[in-house]
Amino acid sequence: MGGDRGTEEELTAQETALYDRQIRVWGVDAQKRLSKAHVLVCGVNGTTIEFCKNIVLAGVGSLSLMDDHIVTEDDLSANFLIPHDVCMHGVSSRAEACCESLKDFNPMVRVAVAIGDPSLIDEGFVDRFDIIVVSCASLKTKLFINDNCRKRSKHIAFYSVECKDSCGEIFVDLQNHSYLQKKPGGEPEQQELTYASLQVWKFDLIFL
Amino acid sequence: PSRAAKVLMVGAGGIGCELLKTLALSGFSDIHVIDLDTIEVSNLNRQFLFRKSHVGQSKAHVARDAILKFRPNINIESHHANVKDAQFNVDFFKQFNVVLNGLDNLDARRHVNRLCLAAEVPLVESGTTGFLGQVTVHVKGKTECYECQPKPIPKSYPVCTITSTPSKFVHCIVWAKELLFAKLFGDKNQDNDLNVHSKDGSSSKLDVFERDVDEDLDQYAQRIYDHVFGYNIEVALENEETWKNRRRPNPVYIRDTLPEAVKQNGSSWDCSNDHEEPSAMASLGLTNPQEIWTLAENSRVLLEAFKLFFEKREKEIGNLVFDKDDQLAVEFVTAAANIRAHSFGIPLHSLFEAKGVAGNIVHAVATTNAIIAGLIVIEAIKVLQDDYKNYRMTYCLEHPTKKLLLMPVEPFEPNPSCYVCSETPLLLDVNTKVTKLKEVIDKIIKSKLGMNLPLVMIGSTLVFEDGDGLEEDEAANYALNLEKVLAELPAPVINGTKLTVEDFQQELSCSINIKHREEFDEEKEPDGMVLSGWSAPVEKQINSNGENKSAASSSSARATDDTVEDPSKPGMKRKLDELLETKENCDASSSAQVVEDDDDCTMLDGNPALIKKKRLQ
Repeated sequence: MGGDRGTEEELTAQETALYDRQIRVWGVDAQKRLSKAHVLVCGVNGTTIEFCKNIVLAGVGSLSLMDDHIVTEDDLSANFLIPHDVCMHGVSSRAEACCESLKDFNPMVRVAVAIGDPSLIDEGFVDRFDIIVVSCASLKTKLFINDNCRKRSKHIAFYSVECKDSCGEIFVDLQNHSYLQKKPGGEPEQQELTYASLQVWKFDLIFL
Repeated sequence: PSRAAKVLMVGAGGIGCELLKTLALSGFSDIHVIDLDTIEVSNLNRQFLFRKSHVGQSKAHVARDAILKFRPNINIESHHANVKDAQFNVDFFKQFNVVLNGLDNLDARRHVNRLCLAAEVPLVESGTTGFLGQVTVHVKGKTECYECQPKPIPKSYPVCTITSTPSKFVHCIVWAKELLFAKLFGDKNQDNDLNVHSKDGSSSKLDVFERDVDEDLDQYAQRIYDHVFGYNIEVALENEETWKNRRRPNPVYIRDTLPEAVKQNGSSWDCSNDHEEPSAMASLGLTNPQEIWTLAENSRVLLEAFKLFFEKREKEIGNLVFDKDDQLAVEFVTAAANIRAHSFGIPLHSLFEAKGVAGNIVHAVATTNAIIAGLIVIEAIKVLQDDYKNYRMTYCLEHPTKKLLLMPVEPFEPNPSCYVCSETPLLLDVNTKVTKLKEVIDKIIKSKLGMNLPLVMIGSTLVFEDGDGLEEDEAANYALNLEKVLAELPAPVINGTKLTVEDFQQELSCSINIKHREEFDEEKEPDGMVLSGWSAPVEKQINSNGENKSAASSSSARATDDTVEDPSKPGMKRKLDELLETKENCDASSSAQVVEDDDDCTMLDGNPALIKKKRLQ
């Protein structure tokens, strides 16, 4: 399920039916690439579960959740993925508690718990993924992960998100990103973007 | 404030699911949800409260159950019903502190707008299409109501464009759907503009579309093919005037597109499995809905689909209405539209694209709905706190404008010439000697004015009333009046007459002044009547966006389907044009394009472009 498909392979009838409305937004090719993508989320909280919901519904290849904090009462109040009928708090990790619900959103996506400590994620480990999302981690951990993402030959996209009260921030590092931009009434144009690493960007923070 | 508030959500679909989740997580505990729909597979990519096993069940009920799983102690009352039903009257609306809309059609939105005005309950409106979305706040007396800015109604095409001079693919789709499909498989008693006469006098039939007794199915299919794509085109070509400045269409005959088919007799394709939904694509081994078929392939699909309807779904013939989820119908319409397009030199389209046009499909993703739901709750909380200085209309863009993806704009004051919230009279140009009351009610009162159960008075004479509870003789009298031309009604309608039109449920009353006119332009004024008088407060006219995905597919020969139209674009384009006015190097016509962001990020609240409209105090 999910993961590997040849580039020539068409979407299955099931996928076409399920993803019809979004294929009309981003096209079949994007949908195919999405279904081959592997995502890691470190830190399961209100913000990242929104992301998890959206990416699973969209039909990503696989989603791995890394968060071994035990579920607390507070988690229950901010999290729509943890059912109340099963006694989760005090027993399961946040990753485990959310896993089943996410699988439910889209049986075609492989959703699993990743055991580990985000501050110890090494180069080899990040290589399994195309996208890494980090939340509730120290700056040091984020720098470490971002750095590892940049060391690999394949472009691993890095996102860090935090929310507090009515403020939120998101940091994005896609390294060198090329894409096609639709031009009104003309041919799509190739565009290139270069992102700064967290290491470079964080110096701006100090001076704010 | 959220804990005590009683909230009404109208719609439990794309926006509704996200909204219900957000309301629950935000502490709201007294919620009513209304939705008339049932769950479909194509909903599941974003309406995350639903599962495959729920397909066919009520959205309102299933959504409620799903929320209770993670918030067992909140009160949710779900109504599997149409918000236009009589039970949702002004008293019903009065019990709520705020109403939140997550609808997908203009008709219901207008209806709710009127009820909220009548009940004096604030309304938070919203809409999404793909990556675009918007949230607007409507509080009686303080801001514009939803209808202060006229909203574009779904596009309809002149009959002659559909029957004779198509120039766009959508015209071919409308022809295939409303004429050919309807003629062959729909209600035989419906009027239809297709030419039914055959070329030679040999046939004694009146209607060439009727199958001869014992006529072989293959032969019947090919005969129809040649008639609509060959003969009818040749007939059209005879009229030189039409083609003076237009590309002449090419007639298409089966002997040219599928020479081998002509020799075959009897049904030769093995349609194996009776349990599976019959599909021409499946029979022919065409597996990719994104592929654009050749003329020959389209022809094969058409003939095969035609035959499958007769072989496998005979009982339905005579009752069929096009449904975008009916695979065989979509195949038929795609193929027919493509063959016609080929004749007229219009580019062919894939089944996927054709289905979108024929079914008025709105493209949609989960993320936009999630964003909009969040914004709705933010506005709802402001409303509950009476924080009117901070009410905002927020536009969610695909590309940043002035570095913003979410553009907040202050709401405008009510439009003093809005016929809905400010009771301004309207003007109707119409030929009173020729136009029946029925036409005015259908085309103007119910359609343009969006009244559901209208009442029409001329002075003190009641000429029409709609609804239950009418006496037999009253109903009979109204039925008679419907068929009368305006000038011949019990209280004659002539130039200068004033009609009073009301809808009790919506508590809306409005006056229409009649202006008699004899001539109407068939192309520009296909309805034969023109309503005017309710003006937008801004100078710029709202342009209907040519890229509008939801181009309606009904010809003016038929009543419009419940179309799903683009809620966010027109109003948004107008507001963005205003905001971008002050920026010199900005191309105001490309409102959703990336703007060079070497300018400073200016706060929109101080934007001088808005000063010309009176803002909220």
